[in-house]
Amino acid sequence: MAGDGLVGIVLVSHSAQVAASVAELARGLAGGGGAAVPVAPAGGTEAGELGTSAELIAAAAASVDRGAGVAVLTDLGSAVLTVKALLAEGGELPEGTRLVDAPFVEGAVAAVVTASAGADLDAVEAAAGEAYTYRKV
Amino acid sequence: MLDADFFRRWMTATAASVDREAERLTALDSPIGDADHGSNLQRGFTAVAAALEKEPPTTPGAVLVLAGRRLISTVGGASGPLYGTLLRGTGKALGDAAEVSEEEFAQAFRAGVDGVMRLGGAAPGDKTMIDALVPAVDALGDGFGAARAAAEQGALATTPLQARKGRASYLGERSIGHQDPGATSAALLVAGLAEANGE
Repeated sequence: MAGDGLVGIVLVSHSAQVAASVAELARGLAGGGGAAVPVAPAGGTEAGELGTSAELIAAAAASVDRGAGVAVLTDLGSAVLTVKALLAEGGELPEGTRLVDAPFVEGAVAAVVTASAGADLDAVEAAAGEAYTYRKV
Repeated sequence: MLDADFFRRWMTATAASVDREAERLTALDSPIGDADHGSNLQRGFTAVAAALEKEPPTTPGAVLVLAGRRLISTVGGASGPLYGTLLRGTGKALGDAAEVSEEEFAQAFRAGVDGVMRLGGAAPGDKTMIDALVPAVDALGDGFGAARAAAEQGALATTPLQARKGRASYLGERSIGHQDPGATSAALLVAGLAEANGE
């Protein structure tokens, strides 16, 4: 991946509050380096209701693109389908944007921590996906 | 032969029927979904009709690609990317021909439906829009009226099914006994073809 910037992270949730709070949580748990990672929430619809907005997702992805790729994490349903449809369209999301298969909260934390260390998109994706394996009981 | 005007009529006829049936679609979505299917599609197809009126594309493919893009951008629920992928995929398969035959359309629509199945991972019998779309595609060879009847039958036949995709699948057996809202709106879309053809 070209560019020496950090990987960008987009957090897509049906709820604007969930997306924004998970972004805040992930940055906070990433410690000092977390502040440097470009993270953008894309939650809810443009009208502020529960749902998914292709426009908010595209704007969020553009805002975190530093040339190192963008990892998009989603909650469920239309959030997943909308990102997939935008990726299939081509030209809607920055080059090097990838839908990352990961649990939303744990994956976001892992992605931001990994990105803050300057890791590339493959490593960020792997770390976020690995969060599926952290059993709690 | 079907020209761009036919496909614009298809979209405006669908916008009108979704508008008429929005309350029923939302009512169907209340017991097994999140009660927004009618209003979501109404917003989407209203945006499609407005976009087509503002700058009418001149080929069948361009009409459907534009319609699909508007649906993905404006619906706000899973039906947006699903119907958007259906129309965009169909439009892309039609290429840039000024007119297409019914047979060419049937092939392109099948490609669009295949794209929806890839995107959502649903197969026939999962209690989704696929249960109306696949019978419609299979019946298109006998004309738009036959496709409309097949889609309506397919939608009705979702009632005894247990949902295996989408939010309704979380309900397990409790999804049985409700007609699927997505299959119902898919039947409206297919009925729009017959309407655009003056049937």
